[in-house]
Amino acid sequence: MIDYEACIPSAVREIRPSGIRKFFDLVGGRTDVISLTIGEPDFVTPWHIRVAGIDSLERGKTYYTSNSGMKELREAISAYLARRFQIAYAPSQILVTVGGSEAIDLTYRALLAPGDEVIVPQPAFVCYGPLASLTGAAPVYIDTREEDDFRLTPEALRAAITPRTKLLVLPYPNNPTGAIMTREDLEAIAEVLEGTNILVLSDEIYGELTYGRQHCSCAAVPGLAERTILASGFSKAFAMTGWRLGYVAAPAPIFPQMLKIHQYAIMCAPTTAQFAAVEAMTAGDADVEEMRNEYNRRRRYLTAGLRSIGIGCFEAQGAFYVFPNISRFGMTSETFCERLLNEYGVAIVPGSAFGACGEGFARISYAYSVEHISRALDKIEKFTSSFK
Amino acid sequence: MNEMLQLLENNARLSEEQLAMMLGKEKGEIRAMIEKFERERVILGYKALIDWDKTDKESVTALIEVKITPQRDRGFDRIAEKIYNYPEVESLYLMSGAFDLAVLIEGKTMKEVAYFVAMKLAPIEDVVATSTHFVLRKYKDKGVIFGADPVDERITNG
Repeated sequence: MIDYEACIPSAVREIRPSGIRKFFDLVGGRTDVISLTIGEPDFVTPWHIRVAGIDSLERGKTYYTSNSGMKELREAISAYLARRFQIAYAPSQILVTVGGSEAIDLTYRALLAPGDEVIVPQPAFVCYGPLASLTGAAPVYIDTREEDDFRLTPEALRAAITPRTKLLVLPYPNNPTGAIMTREDLEAIAEVLEGTNILVLSDEIYGELTYGRQHCSCAAVPGLAERTILASGFSKAFAMTGWRLGYVAAPAPIFPQMLKIHQYAIMCAPTTAQFAAVEAMTAGDADVEEMRNEYNRRRRYLTAGLRSIGIGCFEAQGAFYVFPNISRFGMTSETFCERLLNEYGVAIVPGSAFGACGEGFARISYAYSVEHISRALDKIEKFTSSFK
Repeated sequence: MNEMLQLLENNARLSEEQLAMMLGKEKGEIRAMIEKFERERVILGYKALIDWDKTDKESVTALIEVKITPQRDRGFDRIAEKIYNYPEVESLYLMSGAFDLAVLIEGKTMKEVAYFVAMKLAPIEDVVATSTHFVLRKYKDKGVIFGADPVDERITNG
């Protein structure tokens, strides 16, 4: 008999499954549930982008690309980053990855060693801690607070830095809070890091989805730019989740180290997706704008709707989530969400799935039509009014 | 405000309150804008988009290309008026290119449409020629794909 348990190293065994998935599994096969749990655009990939992928298949473009990705795509990404965010990465500093997720994992594997510390502001997407643990590094969490608009403050950062700190993760625009970091906020972070060897992994996958003001990339801020590894991708902005395509842009001295890992682990990102991505980069700005405007209307609708039924809600400025404060209902966010699901058939994700400091909040996605959101709001109102 | 008009064009059933919430405005402000647009005939009506093929109503649609001789002083307008006053005429466009007017007409049967062309449209003075094309199937209208039943295929991951 093989002792399978003993075959799994403790670093892997100790990873807990995603709290988002866990909650989704509760919904199971129920068809009567109005779900607002999904962190993925409801739009299908714009047709002209799909056509570019189809077209490449028809022309027989079914081979590997170079390890770092097609030259044409890396040039297009370089031009796009300059055009949209005023940041300068040469095509030779850009590596095309299998989604933004690989970009994060790759950065970790290239930079982290056992004993290193990675600072992760929370609430945040679920992958940053577990992936760090796999390298033997230790995640160090900073709780961001609603009264700070869920931004990372320089004071909190300063207090978390130790001689072992290797990397700071900046997950903004933020999933689940919808928080952003402004240029001034980032400048304050740059000041704290000045004179250190600490690098920054800036996960800007939601960079195209900010409302009311343009996203400021870490790579656009002096003092941060030279220490920034920028992870992003096509999933959220271009509604291309299933294509599994992202990219990472890194300082030239780090790039070859990352490329080696990608070369052995992945070889190259999917070719069809890369052809589609060229179209997205060169002719997709109008699609992004249209989707952004639609998300913005839903964001306003959902925020106003929650506030009108007496649920305090931080004004999200990015991504496609709101993060209402449900602490006044006197139960844990998990209980709140379970009861809302079981008693009123509405699924949202407990804030605690995104770190302990998410307790007292819930994540509601607005990657849904206004009609759908409206139906959910009616039920949430019935639920919360039962406590008055 | 174009954004509001676009929203109404896509979904005329959005309430003033919903529009206000989506656009970050006051309800009164939305009402005033809608009233103004209606008064100025920017908003001309609110109609439902119906897939008649899913009902038992029989109907045919035809696109008729019409060549005409423009009248002195009044150009195409007078002739256009003579055509669009027929209730059978669904839409009427003045076109650039090989013909002048595009007439979209709806009738119960092909015979009815043929009768309209032969007895009402072609005899109009200044109509030089007509060419009738019957619609075989409507795939998409006003930005809406017919027959498609959208299903949310997403699973929770992100």
